[in-house]
Amino acid sequence: MDSAAVDERIRALIEPFNKKGVTIEDATTFAGDLEFDSLTVMDFVAEIEDEFDIIISMNQQAEIENYGQLVAAVHKMQDS
Amino acid sequence: MTETLTDVAPSGDLLSKFDDLIQTRETLLASGIEDPFNLVMEKVLSPTTAICNGRETILLGTYNYMGMTFDPDVIDAGKQALADYGSGTTGSRVLNGTYQGHRECEDALREFYAMDHAMVFSTGYQANLGIIATLAGKGDYIVLDIDSHASIWDGCAMGNAEVVPFKHNDVEAMEKRLRRIPEGAGKLVILEGVYSMLGDVAPLKEMVAIAKKYDAMVLVDEAHSMGFIGENGRGVCEEQGVIDDVDFIIGTFSKSVGTVGGFCVSNHPKFDIMRLVCRPYVFTASLPPSVVATAATSIRKLMHGANKRAHLWENSKRLHGGLTDFGFELGTGKPQSAIVAVIMPDLERGAAMWEALLKEGLYVNLARPPATPANMTLLRCSLCAEHSAEEVETILGMFERAGKAMGII
Repeated sequence: MDSAAVDERIRALIEPFNKKGVTIEDATTFAGDLEFDSLTVMDFVAEIEDEFDIIISMNQQAEIENYGQLVAAVHKMQDS
Repeated sequence: MTETLTDVAPSGDLLSKFDDLIQTRETLLASGIEDPFNLVMEKVLSPTTAICNGRETILLGTYNYMGMTFDPDVIDAGKQALADYGSGTTGSRVLNGTYQGHRECEDALREFYAMDHAMVFSTGYQANLGIIATLAGKGDYIVLDIDSHASIWDGCAMGNAEVVPFKHNDVEAMEKRLRRIPEGAGKLVILEGVYSMLGDVAPLKEMVAIAKKYDAMVLVDEAHSMGFIGENGRGVCEEQGVIDDVDFIIGTFSKSVGTVGGFCVSNHPKFDIMRLVCRPYVFTASLPPSVVATAATSIRKLMHGANKRAHLWENSKRLHGGLTDFGFELGTGKPQSAIVAVIMPDLERGAAMWEALLKEGLYVNLARPPATPANMTLLRCSLCAEHSAEEVETILGMFERAGKAMGII
């Protein structure tokens, strides 16, 4: 799956969590712009893990602050 | 305008990251409420009553489930050890800090759990911290419930393992995560018997079976079930028939046992090496002789506590049923443990209700985010086997009056 396809699927998954209708760009941050709390992060990560059949450990999550980083990380895990 | 603490912080102050919390606390206290996190027990009259902030108060938030704190045999054992061995060991368990009493305490634990090995730590927090951080290191995977206790999370962080949480008590979510772990990686599943915030029990039977299917080792924290749940009081894993498949049980002396300290019991043949490689065990002073003597005596008495266990269940059921009838919203639909959590609409009303109960002469725990799941504010009640049936009725009367006065029911 190429990066654009990963982007498209994550964009669809994020929709129900984007309560304030923030415009999603690569630099959009989860804690700051999207105001995700720890429970929202858990639910959102679980959706992505199920969609792509991967694990994103909390250690890896700590390195992911914005949307662009998430797409890149998932794309990379996909390939491996 | 009065100057608040947050106005005067100089630049570069490392404490300024707590400004939001300081503000919340100041706002709460400015409403004139008694500080829920600064209560002083001036006198303790029994396992169930104390003088708090000048008032005689029924204690319903102490985790003193089996009421062992004033047991005459326990007190005598502590006094004798204090006289015979002095006030403290001033040393690590692996140097000069293992006395006869520490060995006897570990013997009592091995007998209580019918397991081969027992290791006593200075606190329950250190038991989780030490065992988890030592078992699961870099490259290993820890799969754990999102509502795990702070000491479990801290143990995960200290060990540097890959940490993979799953939704609370969700068997399917746990299995999916285990299935996706790379081939050959070490796996530790961490569960609790009773979760202390809502007082709910884990489906250990299913979860332990799945963990074993994926060749994961299993650690269960039974802090809130020891002495009370299971035929011999060994906890939820005993009650659900999976204790033989659990690799490590973590527990504490600061609840049913009635003193302080923590432990791990295991049948693993190599378990004893943990004494040399577990840093929170090695690099701290051991428990005072009086503490291990009271713990050992209490543990041995808990082996024969069937009548007390039965009374504690009666108390839990009566309190849960009574509060439900008044219209309070509780953490569980049915009583599952000795914890009954009353869900409050928000922190302000929760704190007001807490204070109203204190003025009635009842102490419960006010639990608030981030310690609580789903950002709930809870009035957490923990029952004691020494609460009389009459006391439970008195407690229910206090809840009814305070709840009506505060407009919560």
